[in-house]
This record gives sequence, structure tokens and C-alpha cells, in this order.
Amino acid sequence: MQWVAAVGAATGRSVEYVGGLAEICGRSLRLLILSPLKRGRTFQRAIHEAMAVGVGAIPIVTLITFFVGIIIALQGAYELQRLGATQLVASLVAIAITRELGPLITAIVVIGRSGSAFAAQIGTMRVTEELDALETMALDPVAFLVVPKFVAMAIMLPCLAIWADLMGILGGAFFGVAGAGFTFGGYMQTTRDALLMNDITSGVIKSLVFGMVITAVGCQEGFSTGAGAEEVGRSTTSAVVTSILMVILIDLVFTALFYLARGGA
Amino acid sequence: MAVSGGSEPIISASGLRVGFNGREVLHGLEFEIHQGETVVILGGSGSGKSTMLRTLVGLQKPSSGSVKIKGVDIARASVREMDDVRKRLGIAFQGGALIGSMTVGENIALPLKEHTTLESSTIEVMVRIKLEQVGLSGFENFNPSQLSGGMKKRAAFARAMALDPEILFFDEPSAGLDPITAAGIDDLILSLKKAYSIAMVVVTHELASAYLIADRMILLDRGTIAANGPADEVKNSRHPRVRQFLDRIPDSTRDDDVDHLRIFTEGIG
Repeated sequence: MQWVAAVGAATGRSVEYVGGLAEICGRSLRLLILSPLKRGRTFQRAIHEAMAVGVGAIPIVTLITFFVGIIIALQGAYELQRLGATQLVASLVAIAITRELGPLITAIVVIGRSGSAFAAQIGTMRVTEELDALETMALDPVAFLVVPKFVAMAIMLPCLAIWADLMGILGGAFFGVAGAGFTFGGYMQTTRDALLMNDITSGVIKSLVFGMVITAVGCQEGFSTGAGAEEVGRSTTSAVVTSILMVILIDLVFTALFYLARGGA
Repeated sequence: MAVSGGSEPIISASGLRVGFNGREVLHGLEFEIHQGETVVILGGSGSGKSTMLRTLVGLQKPSSGSVKIKGVDIARASVREMDDVRKRLGIAFQGGALIGSMTVGENIALPLKEHTTLESSTIEVMVRIKLEQVGLSGFENFNPSQLSGGMKKRAAFARAMALDPEILFFDEPSAGLDPITAAGIDDLILSLKKAYSIAMVVVTHELASAYLIADRMILLDRGTIAANGPADEVKNSRHPRVRQFLDRIPDSTRDDDVDHLRIFTEGIG
């Protein structure tokens, strides 16, 4: 019966961890709302972060989602050909990318680039006593480091997701034009007809939540770094693994909710 | 030592006990530090001197007892009271602890920008003055990673002094530096002492620099105060642990060779 205790302990730890994430989110929100004097400088830092998180990720997100668009089109066409319905490739790609893959792939790229960087940055600051220095200068490390990251993520991740949607659809169009006899204009028109506003907004809402989770996990792992350079590596790895797991879990919950809300059950 | 007579102490600790994870590191310290005084806290590795410094600046909560800075008990102060106290303290960390993502100038400007309403041009002038005082004129646009160990410490001094604090803390100011650079740091501390006559608390294990800068020495030994007094008095102390520390005598690890051999042979055969 020892495994029951182990499961219980693991559950307790998970709940505690998620509680920690909620606390860091809540504290950041409170600091953002309650300190109007410092908002100017917070936004300056947020712009700095947004450049790194968002603008810096554009090339890689573009490349990956363009290719994923082609892959979805190819896989879809393989099956649809047998039914003589190659025309449906455009709507298949549009739905798969906007509802699911655009936001998800964006989130995973951002975890790799920025979630890990948050953990490494804050972890290194813990090891080099920079966090202590901030505290002794009467500067709250959460206000100074975490709030700008939340602001940057909240703005940039939805933007990146929309960009990823567009690139994925262009990838699909590349196949459509080259391999399925579409004209570019015709492919885009079919895509437009297939998409509902709801498809795009559900993806954007998801990506906003992903952004909050990635920031919270990255920062929390950074703050919980122990002493020594090894620990920075550990928290960085842990930030990436935990973020991916949480993003997929949240994606599952959201997708199920959207499905049920549309009367899919 | 004239200053320590009747004046109100700027820092006072009573019954100060600190421990982590059930292990007590400081066992009930009592001491006072007065305005204008330079106090050197000496002690070997593991004597608790770093913990003591962390407790004095509020990074570590005491498990019992109190630390009062300018009359405010920092273990029980609210966040706002604590911030007010912290704005009057300057702390130079061992490795400098300059914010790596900012230039040296931005590091020094940081407390001024965050806690004052000064114009940015005024802040720029103040940054240059502080850098000049620590002998780093012209380095404001360097990144901390481009500075040598000694320069980082100097830059950290400049940042610690940015808000013209009433108490300056130095954590191992000469640790890890070559003798010439370390002597330069000692000189710098002496010149700051002359220029500002503020209270300075220096944690170190370097005897030479301690003798040079201290008005008073507190020698910590395994979490208790072994000696506390004017530099000369501590130098001539007869306390066996104080003598051992000052005369650099190692701990005797084995009392008896036969006993020592027994460790290896016991329970065998």
C-alpha cells in the first residue's frame, strides 16, 4: 500500500506547485494594478521583454508553422484523394491550424526560447545574489522581473499565434497551388469560407492562457533555484518540461470545453 | 570609539538566534553598532558571519530575538517599514551582484530612478560622481561581465552608496582579490569612512584588512561572539579561540594517534 502514499504525496506536491503558479500570477496582477507610479517603467521593461519573446521568435515560428501547414495539407490530401475530395484540403488546413496547431506550436517554440530563458535568467540571478541585491534595494523581484514578462507574454503570444495561423495557411496554400490544382486566390477564398471567427478567437484565447502558464512556470522555476550553476540547468530543464506538460493539459481542457460548448456532445 | 558612548545605537541585536532546517547557526548574539563606527565582523568559514550579515539586512529572518535598525525591529516590520529601512542601507555583495542585463551606469542609477523623483540628467551626474569616488570614471557604459573582480566590487560599492545610506555593509570586500587590488579596496573603504562618517559593517576573514579598517571588531566563533571590542583590545585578547584565529593555528583534528587508527580498525576481525 506504499504506492497509495506515494501517489498522495505526488498529488499534494502538484497541487502545491499549481498553487504557487496561481500565487505568482495573482501577485503580478496586483502589482500591475496597484502601483500606478511604476507602470511607466514596467511597460518600458515589458517592451524590452516583448522584443525578445515576440519579435525574436517571428522567424522560427514562421518557418515551423509554414512547414506544418504543408505537412497537414499533404497528410490530408493523402486521405481525401481516395474520396475525390482534394478540394477539402483548404478547410482542413484552416481549421487544424487556427484551432489547434498555430497556438500550440507557437507555445512550444516560445517555451523553448523564452520559458527556458526566464528560468535561466532568474536562476542565475539567484545564484549570483542579484535577487538578494534587488531585495535589499527595496525593489520587489516580482515587480521588477516578473510583471514585465507577464505583460510581454500576454501581448506577444496571441500576436504570434495569429501570425502562426497565417503562415500555416500559407503553407497549405503552397501545397494547394503546387499539388492540388488550386489558384492562390481560390485557395484563400475557400479558406475564408471555411473559417469562423470563433475558430480564430478560440486559438487566441488559448494562446493567451499558454502565455500566462509559460511565464509563471519559467519564473517560478527560476526563483526556486538552489545554490550553484548546476541548479540553474536543472530549473531550466524543469521549466521546459513542466511548461510543455501544462500547455498540453490546458489545451486538452480548452478543446474539450469548446467542443462541448458548440453542442458537440 | 568616542561615538559609541551615550548615543542611540544604529543597529542593535539582542538574543539573536538564526537557524535553518532545524540547525541553529547563530546562538543568541548581543551587540550594538553606533553611528559613524566601522565594525569588522571576523570569523572563519562556517562561523555564521555571512548568516549574520544576511540577518542584519533582512534577507534572513531570525528564529528568535530581535535586530533593530534605527529603532525598527526588522524581523517584525511590515513590508513598507522594511522598504523604508532598506532605502537607508547600502550593501556591497561579495561578487558585486550587479544586475547582469544592465550597464554599470544603469545599475548605479537603478535605486535613484526607483526611489527618488530626480531628473534623469541629475541622476546621470550622480552616477558619474559615485563612479569617480570608487575610481571607475568612464565605465558607466560597460556591462558587469566586462569588469574584473575588483572593478565589480568597486561598482557594487558605488551602487550601495547611490542613495547616500546611513549604514554601509560590505560582504567579504577583499575575498578573491590579489593583494594589490585588495589593498586598493581597503584604501577605498578608509576613504569612504573619512568622507562620510557613516556606520560601516564589514564582514571579512582577512586579518590584515580588518586591522587596517576596524574601529571595533566582533569575532564570531561557531555562532557565538568570542570577542567584541576595539581593534587593539581584540588583537591582545587572551581568549583561546580568538588567539587561535588571529595567530592562524589550525584546529587539531586528531587527539591521539592510537585513537585515530582505531577508526579504521574498529569492528573488523
